[in-house]
Amino acid sequence: MNQDIYVVIEHLRGQAADISYIMLGGARALAQKTGGEVVAVLLGHNVQSLVNNMSADKVLVVDHPALAEFTSDAYQKTLAGLIAEKEPRAVLFASSSIGADLSGVLSARLNLPLISSCQRFSADGRPISQICGGKIMVESDLPEVTTLLTMIPGGYKPEEGQSGKTPEIIKMDAPALDDLRVTLKQYIEAEAGDVDISKEPILVSVGRGIQTQDNLELAEELAKALGGVVSASRPVVDQGWMPTSRLVGKSGKTVKPKVYLTLGISGAPEHAEAIMGSEMIIAINTDPAAPIFDIARYGAVIDMFDLFEVLIAKVKETQGIR
Amino acid sequence: MNIVALFKLVPDLVEELEIDGNGTALNMDFLRLIINEFDDHAIEQAILLKERGGAQVSILGPDIEGVEDVLYTAASKGADRLIKLTGDFQGKANNHAMARAVTSALKELQPDLILTGVQANTDLDGSLGPLLAEYLDMPYVGYVSGVKVADGKVITRKEYPGGLVAEMEIKLPAVLGIQAAEQPPRYIAVAKVRQAMKTATIEVRTLAESDLSGGSTIRRMFKPEAGTRAEMIEGSAEEVTTRLLDIFKEIGVL
Repeated sequence: MNQDIYVVIEHLRGQAADISYIMLGGARALAQKTGGEVVAVLLGHNVQSLVNNMSADKVLVVDHPALAEFTSDAYQKTLAGLIAEKEPRAVLFASSSIGADLSGVLSARLNLPLISSCQRFSADGRPISQICGGKIMVESDLPEVTTLLTMIPGGYKPEEGQSGKTPEIIKMDAPALDDLRVTLKQYIEAEAGDVDISKEPILVSVGRGIQTQDNLELAEELAKALGGVVSASRPVVDQGWMPTSRLVGKSGKTVKPKVYLTLGISGAPEHAEAIMGSEMIIAINTDPAAPIFDIARYGAVIDMFDLFEVLIAKVKETQGIR
Repeated sequence: MNIVALFKLVPDLVEELEIDGNGTALNMDFLRLIINEFDDHAIEQAILLKERGGAQVSILGPDIEGVEDVLYTAASKGADRLIKLTGDFQGKANNHAMARAVTSALKELQPDLILTGVQANTDLDGSLGPLLAEYLDMPYVGYVSGVKVADGKVITRKEYPGGLVAEMEIKLPAVLGIQAAEQPPRYIAVAKVRQAMKTATIEVRTLAESDLSGGSTIRRMFKPEAGTRAEMIEGSAEEVTTRLLDIFKEIGVL
């Protein structure tokens, strides 16, 4: 085993995801402890230009038509060979639709430990993970063998993984990629929806705490009075109460409004990562321990149903709406 | 077609979580456990597939407090076999140990399709699905929110950021990590669950001793530091409203 920190670059349809740069930032912090290099690993087809602004000492590029789009089987095969051959100190994956399909299978296949939901590394280089919807942090030992980790945002900024100079590129051969059990049929574009919440300056966002579909009317009324629109977290969309186009979070939209007012949203990592760019987050929740209060500028522990009536009335009064 | 849905019980995050005296685990004494919500979606998806195309649905869960409720509820929804797994699920149990231990019980069921929640709130060594898939030598696809069975394979909707969906074709047998069922888990009246308690039987499988390798060694567990905590607005609805209006005016929203 060497002391290098590998980062599996996550990209989709020709674009590197923010988390790729965040991971490079984390890898640099860890590499300073281990004394190794930061090595980006890029799988794809004609994607080499993605590495231009990456802060890495080296980039290993595996180019193959079967890797053009992500499929778990082909990517697992390629990475299994590469990790076994190179034996780095650690391999970072995104805690995402792509990274989670890879890391677990590779941990079992290569018999290597896996630590998930790592947000940052301690001063001693130990991974610190966030579990229980963001309510509990866990510091783990970094095992003395090649360790796989999945990373969540929050500990490092994308800028920490960017650089003005192009890193050294090393081309690697792909293994035989035939007899694949998983194939991509097609992409289905996001539904357009009536509004694009990623462009709205005022969002009133509701979560599980809204309790019923009928209660959404109150949120709609408040949003309308404020000149904004209603967005939602996952449980509300899964219930079918709001369309997917209004979903804020990991599988939904990333938003950066002027004000993001949350009602009954706990602020689990999957939601938090998509609202970090908001200019101001104001959180209303009955649970004083809700993680949303750790990222909000203002908060109030109050039942939204106690607040709605008086807040809607006052906003309307100020706006001159009857 | 044999479909297996596997579930875990996890802390209800609505309750206050306490860390034990050693500072390395959750204090389980007063913790209320509920079904992992993604596993609930996995069970729903299994039932939907049965209703659509016919299948035998088996539901498996670890034998800890609350397991029978989940199993009988699944029976009322239409599950055919209910299986309780006895073994060491307390303390340091992790997903690697669980995945290894449950492999033989799963092989016995000869599943064509295994559905499990894409993640659970206590996961610290990845989620269960991909580990199971590899120990069973099956393909894995996670973040799934729609499943169609067709002729020795499944077509799944795999979610990506921004609302993009990838339609993936997967050869069976396979393991899927369910993000959301095609419709929300159905509500079952308590009376129906009680009925199931009288008629359905729960089978028991004893798991092999747990092998924790592959998981992490926890050094310490702590609550997030409140360094950048929000400025809290105290008081009645009227007082909170007054302050919110001031803030809205300050930032030019009103």
